[in-house]
Formats: sequence, C-alpha cells, structure tokens
Amino acid sequence: MSDTSDQVKGYRGKAREVLERMGARVWAEVEIETDKGTYEGIILPRAEQADDLHVVIKLFTGYNIGLAVDRIKSIKEKGFKEAHYKIPEQDFPYDPRKPNVTLLGTGGTIASRLDYRTGAVIPAFTPGELYGAVPELADICNLKTNKLFGVFSENMGPHEYITTAKAIGKEIEAGVDGIVIGHGTDTMHHTAAALTFMVQNPGVPIIIVGSQRSSDRPSSDAAFNLRCACNAAARGHIAEVMVCMFGPTSDAYNLLHRGTRVRKMHSSYRSTFRTISDIPIATCTPTEVKPLRKDFNPRRKDRQVKIDARFDDRVAIVYYYPAMKPDIIESLIDNGYKGIVIAGTGLGHVNKPLYEPLRKACRMGISVMMTVQTLWGYVQMFVYDTGRDLMELGIVPCSNMLPEVAYIKLGWVLAHTHEREEVAKMMLAPINEEITEREPHDGYLVFQGGLPEIKEFLKRGLR
Amino acid sequence: MDARGKKLIEGIDFDDTEFYSRLGFKCGLEIHQQLDTAKKLFCHCPVGYRNDEPDAIILRHMRPTLSEMGTYDGTALMEFKTKKQVIYQLYRENVCTYEMDDTPPFPINQKALDYAIEIALMLNCQLVDEIHITRKQYLDGSIPTGFQRTAIIGVDGWIPYRDRKIRIQQLALEEDACREVEDRRHTIVFRTDRLSIPLVEIVTRPDMLTPHEAAEVDGLLGRLLRASGRVRRGIGSVRQDVNVSINGSDRVEIKGVPRTPDIRALTHYEALRHKALLELKDELRKKGITTEDFKAEDHEVTDLLSNTSNPRLRALIDKGEVIHAVNLKGWRELVRYEIQPALTFADELAGRVRVIACLDEMPNIFVLDGRGEGLAVETEEHLRKAIGAGEADTLVLVWGPAEDALTGAQEIAIRAKEATVGVPQESRQHMPDSCRTDFERILPGPDRMYPDTDSPPVAISKQRVERLQADAAPCPWDREERYSKMKIPEHLARDLAIHPHARLFDRLTDDTSLNPTLLAEALVQWQKAIKRDKRKVGLNINPPYEKSLESFFKTAADRGTPRRALYYAFEKLLYGEDAEPPSPLPEDELKALCQEVAEEFAAVRYKTRELTLDFLVGEAIEQSEGRAEPAKTRFLLDSSL
Repeated sequence: MSDTSDQVKGYRGKAREVLERMGARVWAEVEIETDKGTYEGIILPRAEQADDLHVVIKLFTGYNIGLAVDRIKSIKEKGFKEAHYKIPEQDFPYDPRKPNVTLLGTGGTIASRLDYRTGAVIPAFTPGELYGAVPELADICNLKTNKLFGVFSENMGPHEYITTAKAIGKEIEAGVDGIVIGHGTDTMHHTAAALTFMVQNPGVPIIIVGSQRSSDRPSSDAAFNLRCACNAAARGHIAEVMVCMFGPTSDAYNLLHRGTRVRKMHSSYRSTFRTISDIPIATCTPTEVKPLRKDFNPRRKDRQVKIDARFDDRVAIVYYYPAMKPDIIESLIDNGYKGIVIAGTGLGHVNKPLYEPLRKACRMGISVMMTVQTLWGYVQMFVYDTGRDLMELGIVPCSNMLPEVAYIKLGWVLAHTHEREEVAKMMLAPINEEITEREPHDGYLVFQGGLPEIKEFLKRGLR
Repeated sequence: MDARGKKLIEGIDFDDTEFYSRLGFKCGLEIHQQLDTAKKLFCHCPVGYRNDEPDAIILRHMRPTLSEMGTYDGTALMEFKTKKQVIYQLYRENVCTYEMDDTPPFPINQKALDYAIEIALMLNCQLVDEIHITRKQYLDGSIPTGFQRTAIIGVDGWIPYRDRKIRIQQLALEEDACREVEDRRHTIVFRTDRLSIPLVEIVTRPDMLTPHEAAEVDGLLGRLLRASGRVRRGIGSVRQDVNVSINGSDRVEIKGVPRTPDIRALTHYEALRHKALLELKDELRKKGITTEDFKAEDHEVTDLLSNTSNPRLRALIDKGEVIHAVNLKGWRELVRYEIQPALTFADELAGRVRVIACLDEMPNIFVLDGRGEGLAVETEEHLRKAIGAGEADTLVLVWGPAEDALTGAQEIAIRAKEATVGVPQESRQHMPDSCRTDFERILPGPDRMYPDTDSPPVAISKQRVERLQADAAPCPWDREERYSKMKIPEHLARDLAIHPHARLFDRLTDDTSLNPTLLAEALVQWQKAIKRDKRKVGLNINPPYEKSLESFFKTAADRGTPRRALYYAFEKLLYGEDAEPPSPLPEDELKALCQEVAEEFAAVRYKTRELTLDFLVGEAIEQSEGRAEPAKTRFLLDSSL
C-alpha cells in the first residue's frame, strides 16, 4: 500500500485535510469544482513553506494557479500523470585519444532539477545526465563522475573539505589528467582555499566550477562554465587549485582564479568571482587556456601529490565594527575557540575596549590573526599606535591574506599544532600565494561607473 | 498595407458567414497591452523608451532546458538550432541588473497586479486565488533570462458580442520583451528599454467565425482596455497575435498584427493558406506520398557544381562554402503548388531555411525541376544523373557555410514531410501587404512553461478583490448605455467611454448637477481642440492633474458657470494658469450690461428680429467674458428691443 502522506506531497493543515477528504492526490489529472467555476488540470505538489490554504494545479496551457481550498466543492480524478523531471541520459562517449577528467560532485547548480518540497532547484548529476545536458563536453574529454555529496555550498565544511581532498588524492594517483569539482558558488572560495592547503603540488589542474544562473534557465552560465572547466582540467597546463567562472557578464570567456586569492564579490552577477590584490592566472574558453602570468605551477607527469587533509574547526572570523564590545571576544574564549581571525578596519585596527579580552585570548594560547576588511591591500600595524599596541598584545598581522582564506588556513594550521609561535610561523609561510610579496599596479581595479572612459569601455561590451 | 495588399482585399466580403463557416474558419485573439505603471514589473526601473545610443552592450547565448513535466519544448530545440549570438543594448536610466539577468527578481509590482485584476474583473474572469509566477521560455533571445515571467490572474471570462458571448480563456500579467533592432545571420541585437514593462495578455477562445468578427472583437477589447484607464498609449503599447484554424488544420499564430483592420485580410488569407496546404496534402497522397512513405535524400553537391555558371554559387564555392541538394522523391511539380497569392510551397521551405539555418540572403533555395531556376538545364541534368534523381523527383538546392547549409537541407526535408500531415503549428509574421504571412517560428506548446523558483506565490485576498471591484472601470459598452440615457450624443459617448477622464466624468456626474453633455464636451472635445490650437503655434500643453480638473468642475457646478465662461476658464486652466470658473453675472450687472449692449448696437438691425436678437445676445455674452447666462440675457434684450 502506498504511503498516504506521499499522495498529497507538501500539503499540510487545511489543504491536506480537504485533499484527503476528497480522495485527491498529487499528479492526478482532475476536474475541480469551486464556487466560482470548474477548473481542469493536474494537482501539483506544494512547497512546504507555502500556506495551507491553497491547492496548486497546472492548467493544460502549462500555467500554474492556486485555488483556495475553502472554495472547492468537489474534485474528480480523470487521470494520473506524474512528472519525471529527468535530463535525458545518454552514455558519455569514450575516446582513447582524449584526456581523462574526473568530475567530483559536491552539489550546486551545474545540473539541476526542480524540487517540489522546497520549490527550489536541486542538483542532478551523472555523466549521462551531464552529457544529455551539455553534449559538447564529449568533444573535450572523457568524463567520469563521482558524487561526493549533494549539498548547497553554505553547508560545505571541514568534513567535506577533507573528503574532497582525499578523493582528489586518489584520482591523481589513479592517473587522471585533471579534476573538476562542481560546487555551489557561495563558499566556492572557502573550498578553493581549503583544497589549496590540503592538496599540495597536485601536478594536474584542479578546477572548481559552478553557476550563477541555475541550469534550468536558458540563460544559464552552467554549460559554458563546465565546458571551460573541463577543457582547463583536460588540456590546461596550470596545475593548481583554481576557480573557473565568468570573466565578463557576457558569454565571452572565463577566468581561472588562484584558489587563495579569489573571492565572490557580487550576490548575483555572473562575473562575481574576482582575484583580489592580484591578477587572475589565465583566461579560458571551451577550447583554450591563455595564461595571464608565468608564475604558475605547471602540469607534471609524476604523481607526487601531498594530501594533508585535516582541520580544527574551533576557529572564528570576527568582522570588526566600531563600538564592538569585549563580550564578543570573551564569548569565543569561553567557548573554547583556538583561533580568531579579525577582519579589522583600515590597515588592521580594532578599538581599545577589545585590547583586554584580546590580551587574555593570546595569553590563554589562542592564535589571533589580523586581516583587513577592505579586502584589497596589506595589513600594516606599524603606521599607527593602535597597530603597535595590538601587535604587542600578540596579534599576528597576516599581510594581504584574505579574511576567509586566513580563517581556512588557521583551521588547517591548528589541526597541525596549537603552539602559538608555530601557528604564526605556518600562517605566514605561504603555501600558494595566500600572501604575496607585492601587489601589482593592476591588482586593484574596481571601475567607477559614470566616468567617460568607463562608458567607452562598456559600450564595447567587454565587461 | 501596401498597394499589393489593397489590390488583394478588393471586393472581399470578410463577413460572409456562409463562406467562412464552410471553411470552418475559427479565430482567436491574444492581445498584449502594456499597463500604465511608473515602474517595471519585477524591478524598480522607470518605464521609458529610448532611441539614443545605448550606454553599454552585453553578449549572451541561450540553451534549451527541461520543462516542469520533464520534456523539452519543440520551439526551444528549434531555436537552439539557430545558434544565435544575442547582443543586448543597455541604458542606465531604464535598465538595471535585473533586466540583464544578473539580479533575481524583486517582489512583483503590486500596482500592476491591481490593474491586471481590475481588467480581469471587467472581462468577467474568475480570479485565481493564488498567483503563481511562471516562466515561459523564449530562446529567440528576446528576453535575457530566456523566459518571460508571467502569471495567470483570471480565467474563463467573456464579453458580449452580436447577441452571444466571446469567451476569454485567460488573462495573464507578464513582463514585456526586448525590442529587436537587427537580425542578420547568426547575430541578433535587442534593445532592452521595453523589457519588463508590465503588460496584460488577454487570450480569447477561437470564437470569432469570420475575419470581420475577429477585427471587431479586437476593436472591442481594445476599447475595453482603454476604458480601464490603466493602460499605456502610444506606438507599441498594444500588440495582437491572431490565431487561425479551419476544418482539418491546426492553429497557426500570426504575430504582431500592427493594426486592427489588418486582422481581416490576414486571417482571410491565412485561412486560404490552410486550405491550400490541405489540398497539397491530398495531391501528395494521390502521388503516393504519405507521412509513412515520404522520402527525402540529402546530397552534398558542391563538387558536382564546381563548373556552374551561376555567379552566386560560383562565389560561395570560392569562399569554401557548400551546396546541398535535397531530393524530394516523387514530388514533381508540387513544390510549386500555390499556397498564398503568388507564393508557392517553395516559399514555405525558404521561410524555414531563412529562420532556422540563418540563411537570410534571399533567394536562399533553388527549386530544380527543369525550368532553369538557378542552374542551366544541362547542369541540372548532369546533377540529377550524378545523384540518381528520377524524373518524378524534385531537387531543392540550398547553400551556405557548411553547418548552416546542412541545417538548411535538414529543415527542407522536415518541412516537406510536414506537408504530408497538413498545416504545421507555426508562428507567422505578416508581409508588407498585410495579407500574406511568412514563417517566424514553430508554435511553442505547454512544455515551455516552468514554475518560477525565484518568486513566491501571491495570495489574492477577498478584501483586495472587493476594493478593486469598487475601483474597476465599467466596460465601455455599459458606459455608452449610461451616457445615452444622459442624452449625450452617440459619437461623443463613444469617445468618452474610453477617454482617460471617463472615471472623472462618471464621478462628477454622480456627485454634481453639471450638465453631462457640457461636461463631456469639455473633457473630450474642448480639451482636444484647445490642445490642437496650441500645437499649431508650437505650444505643448501639459494636461492638468485629474484632481485640479475635478475641483475645477465642482466649482463650476457650485457656481452654475455659464458655458462660454466655463470654456474661457478651461482654456486658461489648460495653459497652466490658476483659473477658476466664475459665477454668472449678477442680476443687476446683467441688466446694466443688456442696457449698454442694446444702446451701443441700437443701429444694428438684421433681416429678422430673431437674428438681431441672436447678435445682441452674442455681444452681451462676449462682453461679459461668458458670464452672462444666455437665456436670461435673451429675455432681457428681447424686452428691450
């Protein structure tokens, strides 16, 4: 016998009561009689967050409408038509002359389908599905997929970083030519940093990719991103952990950003990922990778990757604001945190009332790091007295490390040692450019709209 | 409509019910009307049209996606075949990152929703209790998201027509699409200013049984929309698509009919096109060509034609492009079957090739049936032999860059096969003669609909509906009936019923004792005349706010302002002056005025006493700047004569 709760999926309260009383079920083709007239259509499942006063039906024109349950007089079932939202699956072709790429799935919207429970989209993911959705991938490489987990990027954390790093290690040992990681975009830069520290000297490209417009939209950036990422993984000669996302908002080319210098900078733009305080490593398209610089780790034949996958999650970022009270820091101390990354103002400052709890934190062996909330630029704590005072307390200035990168690195370092001096030493020894010695003149370019020269630039459709 | 069009409609009775019912003519309308809101539907951009140089451009592509029921939409796949580069022109004042598809939608414009509900109520629709915003896919690039956000507001309405009801299938509230600027080869350019302006789409059932009825009902719905007082006016603010079918044919949509009267000729000739296609199907069957037995072979024949004397083919061979010959087995002369006046089935093939293969330099195909079209007869013979084409076979030549020529050849086979079924479901565009149509795209089905996961459903409360029910304007025909009871002349009542000030008129006649005809004249005719006069001397008048008009006429009612004085004051008001309608001249002043006028013009006498009196009354009214009441003045002057 089938489960009755499933028959009226998503409906609750009054709506559920009415549907059950009338023996109606989800996906039934029905004729609904109401006090206003008769409607014909298919009863759709309802999102759980929606109210319990309406029934959703899909009319035969394809439109959906909601009917108030208190108007419904009767429901007559005339048929049953359950939707099978499935990307047509086809076997991904194998060509021995093409490079082999493994796509590790973590979630995100590279390929997705509708979830009636939440009304949102959920990821779908097999090579067959991907081939059905983006057949051009077969022109680039042989693709194997491994779904590690299916989580939205906000739910990625230490456990997922470690699992992914280990999976990458296995793939590299097995001889893969490149790795692509499908990822939600929100915390893509956190994962990129974590994998940089956990997978050192990979010897093959490790490309993290996602989409800003889900793949259930015709204008989605997913297919283009995926093609670019697969090509960079299969044929690119840059063997680092990188993020591959839109360069301009136009469908033109993608950028490969170094995992430790990249950040999501807009909540919704396609071109949201930017390299901060430096330039990206390369531009890429589905057919080529064009380096913008020479100082990258090249592809190697050996399989001497170092997997160092561990993480101590007793770390926090404190985004400083004027009038912050000492209890914020004290609560971290009381709750047993071992590392604090401060995103300070300007060159790396906080107010006087925080000195006391910070001194206490350092004395208790907590590692406190200073980064800047301006994102671009270096921490410089000698310029003002405040800075010098803070250093005296034991706070470690983290140069031009991004706050999120410092957070990830501190968690990783603390999984190696809690010794404050040792922690500081490891934090300040860059693994892969999380601290750079110099900021080039074009490392900070946020164009100001409205200026004549920028207007000219925008008219050419280059952004 | 051009000269050819005028010739084509000569002597046709578009309301010949017998003729059209024999055909099984059926027509339905889809009317798209922009709503008069200040802002767009899903963002806060101000509505405005631009014709200046764009501030920026962006480039995008579209890919088909799955429908909610897990299938691909046919149109979507076809549009994907065209592989277009889409360029959007942006304007910083009227377009934001929402229209660029770089920001998710903001909550729906509540004012637009109110207006749509009001119009749904006027159309006697059943309102939806909870609105679900849906994505309607368009892969032609006309919307940067690749879909139009749309929502059904009401269903199953009707309007009265010729003693019956024309049924309204649905009213949807949706965002407008971009304006196309240019479409050449694989690049299409869109201007985004119009994008996301709120509009209502009204879909009727196929209840119009002659072309004349279709045009009349379109006119009626247009009047209803204007009467609502909630719609935008001006070029492009209303567009209609017309659906036509006959016995045995599927629905075909004629898109973007520019003028209501054109609906007649377009639907007439579209119906005849269906008839011709059904006849062609029978002719094919007679030759043994059915859907099952249909055969078409595609041959790449570039090398075989390397010696052609046709300069166009020569040039493309030199450029490295290719030529395909599609062999339609057994078709003989049927590719030349006339489908529309002076257009044959070959034009149906050419239309598809133009759109789907992006081969838009016409002619884009040659029909080879021994008539020397495109190729010398000997070359054709040579070609036929080489690819094994028999005498009964017709060859269709198509050429272009390799990929496009292949798509073109495939499309020719697809369209030719559809001839064995009858009339394909297409969207068609009108030709310059406004009689004939040409292929635009495959008609999309319900599979292109998808719930908008970015927007929550919106419940429509009973209180809201009650409020809007009270606010909604009456239908123009109801107004006309009411106005005729007020003895307002018919032509004036017709204009007033859809006038932007109709609501004001209704309110004022409810609340005051103003003479309805006088008020109607003032609001409709005076205003128009004064504006026209001012425009002649190069002045543009800003129409006064409805509030100031309302208090103006209320004062006039209170004071009993005579007609002439009201006109003068109204003229000043339109000039933007702080004008008030004056009171009539008091009794004693009027007496004194009449005295003066009688004395001043004592020497003036016309043929009859009445005429003299007319003259004197006119003088008195003028001298008082209209404040002298005509009847009283006449009485006073009459006694003084």
